[in-house]
Amino acid sequence: MKKTPLYEKHLGLNAKMIGFGGWLLPVEYTGIIEEHRQVRSAAGLFDVSHMGEVIIRGKDAGAFLQELLTNDLSKAADGKVVYSPMCYENGGVVDDLLVYKFSDDYYLIVTNAANTEKDFEWIREHLTGDTEAVNVSDSWAQIAIQGPSAESILQEAADYPLKDIRFFTFVPEVNVCGVPAMVSRTGYTGEDGFEIYLPREKATVVWDGLLEPGRGMGLVPAGLGARDTLRLEAALPLYGHELSPDITPLEAGLGIFVKLNKDSFIGKEALLRQHDRGLERKLAGFEMTGRGIPRNGYDIMDGDNRIGFVTSGSYSPSLGQNIGLAMADIRYSEPGTEFDVIIRNRPVRARTVELPFYRKKYRK
Amino acid sequence: MKVPEGLYYSKEHEWVRVVDGRAFIGITDYAQESLGEIVFVELPEVGSMLDAGDVLGVVESVKAASDVYAPIAGKVVEVNEALADDPALLNNDPYENWLAVLEITDDSMLEDLMDASGYEAFCAEEE
Repeated sequence: MKKTPLYEKHLGLNAKMIGFGGWLLPVEYTGIIEEHRQVRSAAGLFDVSHMGEVIIRGKDAGAFLQELLTNDLSKAADGKVVYSPMCYENGGVVDDLLVYKFSDDYYLIVTNAANTEKDFEWIREHLTGDTEAVNVSDSWAQIAIQGPSAESILQEAADYPLKDIRFFTFVPEVNVCGVPAMVSRTGYTGEDGFEIYLPREKATVVWDGLLEPGRGMGLVPAGLGARDTLRLEAALPLYGHELSPDITPLEAGLGIFVKLNKDSFIGKEALLRQHDRGLERKLAGFEMTGRGIPRNGYDIMDGDNRIGFVTSGSYSPSLGQNIGLAMADIRYSEPGTEFDVIIRNRPVRARTVELPFYRKKYRK
Repeated sequence: MKVPEGLYYSKEHEWVRVVDGRAFIGITDYAQESLGEIVFVELPEVGSMLDAGDVLGVVESVKAASDVYAPIAGKVVEVNEALADDPALLNNDPYENWLAVLEITDDSMLEDLMDASGYEAFCAEEE
């Protein structure tokens, strides 16, 4: 199991550590619910150094990414961050990524930890023209600061006016606690916030430099547990749950990140066919009306008919309710539709609701 | 970690308190601490017969569901309904807030369980 450069910091903060995507990471420090609420009301600091980073560069890098990804990068300005699924020919998902555009011939893509090796192989197999891919995951650390107070806390330590970094844009070099770092206004919590990319060996300087002064402004360290409940409330997909080789981005409700009018991209034919034929199933948000917590993999049923399965589920700290996402027969995706979630062999009532469960407070 | 004297303990981190031939069953401080904030409790049906090792109930933290096993055999004569409304009671005081009461069918089963010092040593090994 790999350790991030902040491993010792987590132990010092009495974190409970778990394995995730081949990494030992903090799942919680003082408690998932407490950390979750603190991110919604003030700010949380997350070690997300397990995320992978791959540089794509060369004169044909832009054209290559247009072919590799479902989203359209052609209109992206330098300094823009673009979210995109990356698909197989059959429309299933290899991974979902953030793409940082430095210039027409230099991009950084951010991968899910467990997928980094697989993604890198996939990218190398498909490289075209004058393009090079470099996996820099091992030399980079990543720290996310998320929550309504994130900007003011980070501003104390950063030499760049953060208000000028708009939603889904980045600045390649900002001094954070004296460390040159790349900073983007992005995140995975449904709150305003930033992701900070920095050299691995400087991670502890930035972690301590933000956390200690930030505590007075409500900053707390937050673990994977809170990260998961926060992203679930915001209905942000998690690879391996809402996205997989067996689920297309259209089914996952990510149609706006699939540009079927692009000339060509890997998976286009399959996705166009699915689009034209109409979806048979779709990701639906639901709340439990009966007693029980839905969990990944539980069946959902209407009477004796299996109509899908739960992809993620949890107690929602913000709503005080049990909620979930399910890959459901399209006829059950309309809000207000009722069905059963099978929990330990017993049907428990649930009802489809509008997504997201929790409305984002992004600063644009 | 609290491990009160006078209780019996299982390797699955349940405790048993025997009062007049009845066994109060709960989860230990170690169990609630490793689970984290408990947000859901499922209790057995009153009247059901349980063998040692049968699933007595389920406690769920934010992240996961964990079974609670019957440390000894018996008939469920009472369940702690207060936990259904306020599962966090198990975090606040795991030894006061029992899950169920069993009518003991076989006293000798208690001999298979650990006492406080035995359980403390067991937990130290688990760490």
